[in-house]
Amino acid sequence: MSLLVYTENWDGKFKKLSFELITYARKVADQLGTEVSVVSIGNVADDELLKLGSYGADKILKVEDDRLNVLINRAYSSIITQVADNINADIVLFAHNFSGKAIAPRVAVKLKAGAVTGVTNVPSSLDPFTVKKMVFTNKAYADVIVKSSKKVLTLFQNSLGVEENPKPAAIEVFTPKLDDDDFKTKVTETKKITGKVLLTDAEVVVSGGRGMKNPDNWKPLEELAEVLGAATACSRPVSDEGWRPHEEHVGQTGKIIAPNLYFALGISGAIQHLGGVSSSKHIVAVNTDKDAPIFESADYGIVGDVHKVLPELVSKIKELKASQG
Amino acid sequence: MKILVCISNVPDTTTKIRFTDNDTKFDAAGVQWIINPWDELALTRALELKEGSGGAIEKISVINVGSKDTEPTLRKALAIGADDAIRIDAEPQDAYFVASQLAEYLKANPFDIMLCGIDSSDYNGSLVGGMLSELLDLPSVSSVSKINMDGENIILNREIDGGSETLETTVPFVAIVQKGIALEPRIPSMRGIMMARKKPLEVKPAVETEALTEFAGFELPPPKAKCKMVDAENVNELVELLHNEAKVI
Repeated sequence: MSLLVYTENWDGKFKKLSFELITYARKVADQLGTEVSVVSIGNVADDELLKLGSYGADKILKVEDDRLNVLINRAYSSIITQVADNINADIVLFAHNFSGKAIAPRVAVKLKAGAVTGVTNVPSSLDPFTVKKMVFTNKAYADVIVKSSKKVLTLFQNSLGVEENPKPAAIEVFTPKLDDDDFKTKVTETKKITGKVLLTDAEVVVSGGRGMKNPDNWKPLEELAEVLGAATACSRPVSDEGWRPHEEHVGQTGKIIAPNLYFALGISGAIQHLGGVSSSKHIVAVNTDKDAPIFESADYGIVGDVHKVLPELVSKIKELKASQG
Repeated sequence: MKILVCISNVPDTTTKIRFTDNDTKFDAAGVQWIINPWDELALTRALELKEGSGGAIEKISVINVGSKDTEPTLRKALAIGADDAIRIDAEPQDAYFVASQLAEYLKANPFDIMLCGIDSSDYNGSLVGGMLSELLDLPSVSSVSKINMDGENIILNREIDGGSETLETTVPFVAIVQKGIALEPRIPSMRGIMMARKKPLEVKPAVETEALTEFAGFELPPPKAKCKMVDAENVNELVELLHNEAKVI
């Protein structure tokens, strides 16, 4: 038994998502009594790679190639499969995000591995190999048995958190075989939104719905996000109206998130919205309608006008932060 | 040029989820079935591309792996505007099984562009599109939020964490699409519904293939504790609860 993790980097840096993935891999490897090997693709400095050792990585295989600084599904899948074959990995782990969803299915086919995506816990049994995953967009969970000897899993974010478990990680260079067919897809332009907290990596998310009434009312919401170091999000009607960009839409057909704290401001809580946010650890709802369904899913609620509550909330949280120094 | 849209038949997104047979099966009693929301957007975009192609795109087909019960969903896709439909006659077992069925069909009946939704709202696999591209040994682009054609060239946009990218790819390819690919799903017109009855819906036998995973059981999330209400005049109490009780700020 051996275990391989693929973690991406963001301009040469890892995020909490990466460390959570290594934490998870360490726990599974300990169950199996094996090592955690990690494959990193693209340019990452060695001191950054060594950070993965703090969370339990034993071995880091780095693949550097200037053509690989953007995600090319076919090339990445080929590399990860070559590494998996090289170390004879039985389990290959990905994050359940943009890159994991793009590559994991291809790697699963190459390895003829059963794949389970959006896994929320360590295996409950090794024989048969059984893991829990979200189904029906957060409305239920399923135990899935993987029947094949090789397995591919993607980990749902913020399922287990991050734990340090330092290992003297060794870095090795891995040189894959790639051909022109692997690069038939070309990235011609990249646009990055800078200075914003990533919605899928955020500890705190501040989200506005139709109750915000008007796109000009978003300033205090953005201020709350700034005070808390939070990402901003919105409900579907808000992105459909064009009040906010659609990458902020959280819900069944938008992004599915699981932050530690989620603020639903002027969001009534339609079942499709709850599907995208109900894995949040704590939900705060502010809504004028005391019968809004969001209060059934919230931990803390205020019945009131979001335009009055929000500035007050910002000022009280600022006071709290100031008193903490 | 021909475009294929892969269709998953899923419970309506407002369905109350229940299980039967000692929590080992989804309870389909009384459930309304729909085209998986991302697949519906993919179909809408495919039709827009065809209409704007000046005849370069000659056909939009839809395909589904499922029993006869899924035919109303395929008929709906025909009513929206697909030219023909294929149903591979098998109960879907897992993503690998479904992707293998699609791949076998496509090896004999190739298409230029294959569109799949990024997720299905039932079992949330996010796997079939990627698996299909690998089984066919074709390029794939995932998280696609725009597809445009500039003559022969295909220009795609994909959403990445914290930004977006523009890509070019060779044909044939598989695009795995998400929100943004079309603004609103197209709704069938009365004429579309009438015409759909006469459009071809071909049923193909399944090929022998295995499933690599299986569902052992399902459970619903534990009930949520009652929401603690705070008076709107006392916002500070909320801040204190978040700080001292939940310890999240």
